[in-house]
Amino acid sequence: MKVNGIEYPSPGASRRLLSDHLRHDLGLTGTHVGCEHGVCGCCTVLLDGAPVRSCLMLAVQAEGHDVMTIEGLAGDGQALHPVQQAFHECHGLQCGFCTPGFVMSVVGLLAQHPNPNVQEIDEGIAGNLCRCTGYASIRRAVKRAAELSPSPLRAEGRGEGGT
Amino acid sequence: MKPAPFEYHAPAGVDDVCSLLGSLEDAKILAGGQSLIPLLNFRLARPQHLVDINRIANLDRIYERDGGVAVQALARQAAVEDSELVARICPLLSAALGFVAHRVIRNRGTVCGSLAHADAASELPAVLLALGGNVVVRSSRGERTIPAGELFAGVFETTLAPDEVMVEAWFPALGEPFAILEESRRHGDFALAGVVRAGSRLALFGVAPTPVLADPSDPASGLQPSGDLEATPEFRIHLVRVLTERAFAA
Repeated sequence: MKVNGIEYPSPGASRRLLSDHLRHDLGLTGTHVGCEHGVCGCCTVLLDGAPVRSCLMLAVQAEGHDVMTIEGLAGDGQALHPVQQAFHECHGLQCGFCTPGFVMSVVGLLAQHPNPNVQEIDEGIAGNLCRCTGYASIRRAVKRAAELSPSPLRAEGRGEGGT
Repeated sequence: MKPAPFEYHAPAGVDDVCSLLGSLEDAKILAGGQSLIPLLNFRLARPQHLVDINRIANLDRIYERDGGVAVQALARQAAVEDSELVARICPLLSAALGFVAHRVIRNRGTVCGSLAHADAASELPAVLLALGGNVVVRSSRGERTIPAGELFAGVFETTLAPDEVMVEAWFPALGEPFAILEESRRHGDFALAGVVRAGSRLALFGVAPTPVLADPSDPASGLQPSGDLEATPEFRIHLVRVLTERAFAA
């Protein structure tokens, strides 16, 4: 499977979840793991450009597909992805645990609705839980991300391929 | 919170699925996995074999057939939700999908998977029942069609045999009037109670071991919903009455 543009060998055990494979086998610990049953949204990654829960997929199922994690949105030293920049500007994060999942969900949301209305924003982030920031600033961040995003938004992210 | 060990199979065609299901003991089909993988993670399900159908090509079509719309086993809920064909032929199905979990889950989850999982509190089984649709199932013994009224046997139970795989669901065309209404604690949660109106037909979900058809003029007749921390049986019956009234008010 390809992760952030880099080809990786097959995962070992078939029962390995994609979330665990990313974190434990590939060292990509930016993908966070909260509930491990699809409720909290922390582990959201892009699979072929669409956001999915990495805790609800086996790693072997991602073989032959393109996975993008939070690490793939902007490389070290590069400008932040518009969604990351918007969360930064609008104080859309506090402890940061839920943030990678929110960012990946919002990348998917903006790919579907480049200029989301209030209802689309609420539905777009409803699958992600935040326990400290509160949702008001996250909603503002989504609106800001839409303003910052070049149109059409590049859901495939920026720093693909590294460097 | 990790699945127990299982043997993983990724067949390339439906025939291979059928022969695997015919020969393996204790096998489960993995489609979208949005209900099955949580069960595996919690170890509420520990099948010996997982038959992953996601590698099968051309099993994700959404097409017009017999005065309705057919949705194949690998059509993702998000694709069905966005389908112009579905919106034109069976807008009730499009509307119902907005209630199914969240978009991120629908990117992966399948319509046929929801039907086969047969959660009594989920929307799609009740939609199929209200519309009088059916599903097509296949095994090495052949293919058969199961009408919605004969599909749901109990909590998480269908009348599919262990060697059968659902390859397609068929939803008959229906214009106005239709409605789907539900009450849940949070957006995207399973419903405490819900109603589906398809013309003059009414199906209820979340209030019995399976979705059930009901009389719109007396929807709670004979209902014995269970109670839990989220809702008492009386509250569920109240919701059924109120939601039915709203569904038929338009």
